[in-house]
Amino acid sequence: MADLLLEVRDLHVAVAENEILKGVDLAVSKGEVHAIMGPNGSGKSTLANVVAGKPGYTITAGDVLYSGESILKMLPHERARAGIFLALQYPVELPGVRNREFLRAALDALRESRGEDKLGVREFNKFMEAKAEELGLEPAMMKRNVNEGFSGGEKKRNEILQLVVLDPTLALLDETDSGLDIDALKIVAEGVNRFRGPEKAIVLVTHYQRILDYITPDFVHVLIDGRIVRSGGRELALELEKRGYDWLREEAQTGAAQTA
Amino acid sequence: MTQAVATHEQYEADFRKLQEARSADPDWLKELRNTAFAHFQEIGFPVARKGNEQWKYTDVRKLAAETFPYDTGAAAGVDAAQLFPFDDGMARVAFVNGRFSQELSTPLPDGLVAMSLAQAYAEHGEDVQRHLARHAAYADEGFTALNTAFLADGAFVLAEGVVQTPLHVVYVTTERVVTHPRTLIVGRPTSELSIVESYVSATGGAHFTNAVTEVALEEGAQVTHRHLLVESREAYHIANTRVHQSRDSVYRSLVYEAGGGLVRNDLTVLLDAEGAEAYLKGLYVTCGKQHVDNNINIDHAKPHGYSRLYYKGILDEQSRAVFGGLVMVRPGADKTDAHQEDKNLILSREAEIDSKPALEIYADDVKAGHGATAGAIADEALFYMQSRGIDPERAMLFLVRGFVSEILDSVTIEPLRNWLEERTTQALPRFREVA
Ligand SMILES: Nc1ncnc2c1ncn2[C@@H]1O[C@H](COP(=O)(O)OP(=O)(O)O)[C@@H](O)[C@H]1O
Ligand SMILES: [Mg+2]
Repeated sequence: MADLLLEVRDLHVAVAENEILKGVDLAVSKGEVHAIMGPNGSGKSTLANVVAGKPGYTITAGDVLYSGESILKMLPHERARAGIFLALQYPVELPGVRNREFLRAALDALRESRGEDKLGVREFNKFMEAKAEELGLEPAMMKRNVNEGFSGGEKKRNEILQLVVLDPTLALLDETDSGLDIDALKIVAEGVNRFRGPEKAIVLVTHYQRILDYITPDFVHVLIDGRIVRSGGRELALELEKRGYDWLREEAQTGAAQTA
Repeated sequence: MTQAVATHEQYEADFRKLQEARSADPDWLKELRNTAFAHFQEIGFPVARKGNEQWKYTDVRKLAAETFPYDTGAAAGVDAAQLFPFDDGMARVAFVNGRFSQELSTPLPDGLVAMSLAQAYAEHGEDVQRHLARHAAYADEGFTALNTAFLADGAFVLAEGVVQTPLHVVYVTTERVVTHPRTLIVGRPTSELSIVESYVSATGGAHFTNAVTEVALEEGAQVTHRHLLVESREAYHIANTRVHQSRDSVYRSLVYEAGGGLVRNDLTVLLDAEGAEAYLKGLYVTCGKQHVDNNINIDHAKPHGYSRLYYKGILDEQSRAVFGGLVMVRPGADKTDAHQEDKNLILSREAEIDSKPALEIYADDVKAGHGATAGAIADEALFYMQSRGIDPERAMLFLVRGFVSEILDSVTIEPLRNWLEERTTQALPRFREVA
């Protein structure tokens, strides 16, 4: 496989005593867009969070490799510096931390780790304001505290602003589409499509196939009850839209019963 | 002979010496000192014991058992630019080891009288007599009685009109001494004044500051009072500030504490006429074995008063902080609107806060609320910042700065705000390497 970027191998993850991921395999190469779909509670966010290094999960078996190396021992900021980015399903409010300062500190940290010079304040502001405008974010939002008092849609667009400013290699987008009206959805999709490229990979976690009308995935995986029960192309998402998840859930259950 | 007896004898000897040395002072002042010292001898230092709610969490036995030299003479070589660089552009009245320092003091702007109290007894006797020791009662307060017994020098500040230039009253301690700083601030009707009252050490060692400040706001006067306690981590600091508000006066206060080993700060604001407004903010930053106790009383005695109290604390290592806040709405203080809130950020499992805001309401048609919170930095917030490439220490620093911004953003004097922001994070060892 050419340019394999992310490899999830037989990943088992538990929170407290509950096993949430029960053996997930996933291989994402540069240039690809993978959609992970599944009903609520199936483990989609868990998968994305574990790749980004969020604490609170126990990896009971399996491995996550990035550029061929296991990253499970790396801290979240080390993973970010390696090129991994997670757009959160529920972006966090940071009281008293201004959006612009936050983004600048993040970019400084990433550039420094890559051995690049920090951008000057004016240069950074110009760059960031141009990106914000593309996403329809008012310049005033950059002076506000991160996500504080933002509408749902503003929070999601702010995540995408971070994506395009920080310019990672692997983007994990966790339900970035939820809570967006159709206009906002288009703007967000345009942002993601501009980011997309032969050197980039995207894992798009979503509950609905709607966003896939704007961001065409190369692969679609269905995660149910902690397992990927089916993988396919774009057409799988359309089938899910027509038929829902229940038929796959039933299939998975009979399949599991048969294996047992 | 127990140590406590020895320290009392030391205070007594120093007191006699002072009375002799200042025999030329006005009679009323000498009498005041005598009365106050008699009270101190009777009641001594407050004891942390059951039933004494005011001193329940703060134990001053160690302080009471130590003796400190008194009035060792003026020290030279105080580096103002290094100790308080934030007062650029302010007028300054300075004291070193309890004595007025002409050398460190600067000329004053129009409409402002600020001088050594020793000088004010003669030049502003009427104002001094009307207010000095009238607001800070000493009969039941051991520390205030002791301060009043040693009332000799101090700062007298009189705002006669709208004063544009902020005034800095600074008390510097350079060695192991006891000082009893006394500050009297009087705001004439409709005057406006911005004052910074600060306590700094030019030594890293122990000393004892026993300060009393009285603020008298006449009708419609406005005072913005920033009270900075940034002494050595070995210092004992006892502060008692009493504010008296007349009709339509506005008192704005910021208490900033990032220093001192044992700190007890009492602030009582008496809204003694209709339409008075008080806005009290505070920030305490503690680490190591520091103990910082804030005891804030807002006393609504008349109708239509308005008060807002918002204190925040950051506690690290094994430090301990106490917040005792009482909003009292007295009978007849109808249509009072009061709110107090204390929020704490706990950075270490070993740090401890006792936060007890309380309300006592005896009037009608009152709006009042209070709240207290204490919590760690949210893991979610830390992860979010880390997931953007920011290392955990820097992420913490951002969140701490964010936490204090709600308090420090109200400081409109930019050099001061910058200094306070810097001092806040530098006061915490975990951030020294990060910034
Ligand atoms: N921190 C947690 N503590 C307890 N249970 C959790 C936690 N995180 C996730 N879960 C549980 O794991 C399951 C999968 O959650 P999640 O990964 O958020 O699913 P999805 O994103 O697909 O909706 C759910 O049953 C959820 O309740
Ligand atoms: Mg989810």
